[in-house]
Amino acid sequence: MSDADSARPDKAKIAAQFIGAIPFSQALGMELDEIGDGWARISMPWSEALVGEPRTGVIHGGAVSALMDTCGGAAVMAHPQGAVSTATIDLRIDYMRAATPGQRVTAEATCHHVTRHVAFVRAVARDEEAGTPVATATGAFTFQRAEGA
Amino acid sequence: MSREKPEPVQVIKERRDRALARLISSVPYVRLLGIGFDRHGDELTAILRFDDHLIGNPLLPALHGGVTASFLEVTATLHLSWTWLWDEMEAGRLNAEHLELPRLPKTIDFTVDYLRAGLPRDAYARARVNRLGRRYASVHVEAWQDHRERLFAAATGHFLMPQSEPAAT
Repeated sequence: MSDADSARPDKAKIAAQFIGAIPFSQALGMELDEIGDGWARISMPWSEALVGEPRTGVIHGGAVSALMDTCGGAAVMAHPQGAVSTATIDLRIDYMRAATPGQRVTAEATCHHVTRHVAFVRAVARDEEAGTPVATATGAFTFQRAEGA
Repeated sequence: MSREKPEPVQVIKERRDRALARLISSVPYVRLLGIGFDRHGDELTAILRFDDHLIGNPLLPALHGGVTASFLEVTATLHLSWTWLWDEMEAGRLNAEHLELPRLPKTIDFTVDYLRAGLPRDAYARARVNRLGRRYASVHVEAWQDHRERLFAAATGHFLMPQSEPAAT
């Protein structure tokens, strides 16, 4: 885990386990699409259970938050400096537009900077339509390194 | 709507509880999370009943950050809708019997402070509307578990109020 160079194949495996082991992410049907150094893409399907506005079938902002938070955490875990665990310190989400009902929502998060203890993340969520994203997020996460690292 | 004598308290209480139940049951995502509300007068406390599917970190275990964010956002939007409905009900402009699904406020932005890990047990939240204008609202919300003063998360959000209802000028 401490050797960043050999981490790439393991990283995908770890990240897949990471999301597979999260009950709430499973409940929302999240899938890890791709992961790289300090970067992750996670998506989830539209589902009736996620609807926040019954008149229109638009999913609840909280479900988008959950996706962004999970993706942000995955990006932190995928950072080459090798965190052993992470937790969200704060997360701000800007909702640009409603996610189109029936469409898959995909979040991409980048962990663009880490300090000894803190990771900084930016994320974007899109549905299947190009153009304006559904939401963007910025967050700070804890960055817990291995003992002695 | 002139009233000859005041309505019995029980009638008023039932009407309010009906309006609230309707508001809550209308949102599938609120049911997925298992969020309920306790009402005392116009004060609402949201309750998140713990369930295994709400876990985010099975090792600790702790609530998923997305569950915490969702709980706070649901509390904020429903509290805001309730505040609006309450004003309408008090003014007699709204009949809970024939209330169609209320339009919910739209979240503009929402910032969550994760203060400590959410434990695998029930959680509570209360919101405060700091400003409710015709178009924009600002809401602060706090969540705790065992001790009211020991918050595990807090959030501030801005909301766009529904505009479709014909303005009762």
